[in-house]
Amino acid sequence: MKTRHRYTFAILSAIVVAAVVVTIVGERVKAAGEGSITGTVKLSGTAPHMKGIDMSKDPYCVAQHKDKPVTLENVVVGAGGGLENVVLYISEGLPAAAASAVPSQEPEFDQKGCMYTPHVMAVDVNQKFKVVTSDQTTHNIHPLPAAGTGNIGWNKSQPPGAPPIETSWKNQEVAIPVKCNIHPWMHGWHVVVKGPYAVTDGNGNFTIKNVPAGSYTVTAWQEELGTQTAKVTVAGGQAAKADFAFKAK
Amino acid sequence: MNSRLLKSMYAVVIAGLLALPTLVSAQISEYQEKQWLESPAASSHIGNLTGNAHAAIEPYRRYCMVCHGELGDGNGESAKWFEPPMFPKPRDFTLAVFECRSTPTGTLPTDEDLFNTIARGLDRSNMPPWNTFTQQMRADLVAWIKHYSPRWQTEKAGTPIVIPPEPEVTAERIKAGQEVFNRVQCWKCHGVEGRGNGPSASTLQDDLGRPILPYNFSEGGRFKCGTSDADLYKIFMTGLDGTPMPSFSDNIKPDEAWDLVFFLRTLQPFHTKAKEIAKGLNLKPINPNAPPPSQ
Repeated sequence: MKTRHRYTFAILSAIVVAAVVVTIVGERVKAAGEGSITGTVKLSGTAPHMKGIDMSKDPYCVAQHKDKPVTLENVVVGAGGGLENVVLYISEGLPAAAASAVPSQEPEFDQKGCMYTPHVMAVDVNQKFKVVTSDQTTHNIHPLPAAGTGNIGWNKSQPPGAPPIETSWKNQEVAIPVKCNIHPWMHGWHVVVKGPYAVTDGNGNFTIKNVPAGSYTVTAWQEELGTQTAKVTVAGGQAAKADFAFKAK
Repeated sequence: MNSRLLKSMYAVVIAGLLALPTLVSAQISEYQEKQWLESPAASSHIGNLTGNAHAAIEPYRRYCMVCHGELGDGNGESAKWFEPPMFPKPRDFTLAVFECRSTPTGTLPTDEDLFNTIARGLDRSNMPPWNTFTQQMRADLVAWIKHYSPRWQTEKAGTPIVIPPEPEVTAERIKAGQEVFNRVQCWKCHGVEGRGNGPSASTLQDDLGRPILPYNFSEGGRFKCGTSDADLYKIFMTGLDGTPMPSFSDNIKPDEAWDLVFFLRTLQPFHTKAKEIAKGLNLKPINPNAPPPSQ
């Protein structure tokens, strides 16, 4: 009887050890296998003129921009024609596990100088984010998801010093317009996607991190210029390249 | 005349008359009929009353369809004559976004909220009070309204906000209410004296991009969602969804909310206790250009 118990114990512990080893190795292999997609989004042609914003409705807002005139941010072009605020996400080919993984970091959508910072915020489905205000004037934050998307709009006020609003979006939607009724020029976007994403910086550069090896369709979305797609193949642990060019309207 | 020809003409006329009821009932489309028959939301519950969407088909066609439309999308035949902001467009039931709720912003109203709105009507719009309807009829109409949006099948109504019992009006509360009015900046739209003429008033738009006016307290009209102090409390703590009016529930505490209610009452041209006390206080309208109060 005793020997039998000993055998059972040995077998069980061998199984446990094997399972642990497999898990650790598996994780390592997965981590090594995660590549990225990197590139630049450019605007070809002349950058459209961005209208100045008249903030005279609210003297506080005017005072925040007294040194530099403030313009609309629908098409923001940096050095070398790089397009800012373009959202890049994987629209096809993502394995279910990678598509349903939700990043733990909470992006912030700030109301600063009576503008939205960032102007375009990308989030994963169900990823928590915070709406905060840095301004000493009251804003109302009013996202307007399209009907039938399963995302439901709301409208909350944020007076000076208001606590952050922590929330998330339930379904993919490219993109949800966000506005402030008190300051009608304030207009931003929440871009809700599944899986890894990136937003271009001031020079149009982006890197989508944590992409498992595979072949994908990457979509670039720009609020005025629409969308473009590219086929990209990511090899394990490597950075794949994808560049986009939008034609100026 | 040829008797045979006459006979066949009679036959055509009789066939036409027989077909007429089919044509009339086809006004509510088959698609619609199928939708509400299959919908679990085809009933409503208000207290002991149970409303049934099937029973509302006649009253809806008779009283509501001309504005709200056959498809409930607010595109009835008279809707095109409504010119916002003086005459807001009829509600689009397919969006299930309603102004008068006891529930938080971004949630569905309760059946009772819709039931009350039908009887109350909406001031400063073409929606009259339908308080001549029987309660059963209103309950049936609530069920009917709910069948237009799939939201009622996948979501539950929000949980009504808790309104603490109304305290006694005092001078301190009115003064505190004015501070709340100043701090959350109601005046941005409603104006420092509540005349609906704040700096942002002229550019306000509803969710569908149509011009809309903020409430003018000095006119003394009924609020959009009722006349009582509790109704006023509900309006700014839940927000009027679909309009620029946001919910202030994250930034006004329940007790402060009563202070604000009392202060807002002093802006109306009625002889209320709040107004009487305010006269003694000699309250001055706030100065919007003063530095913002620190929290």
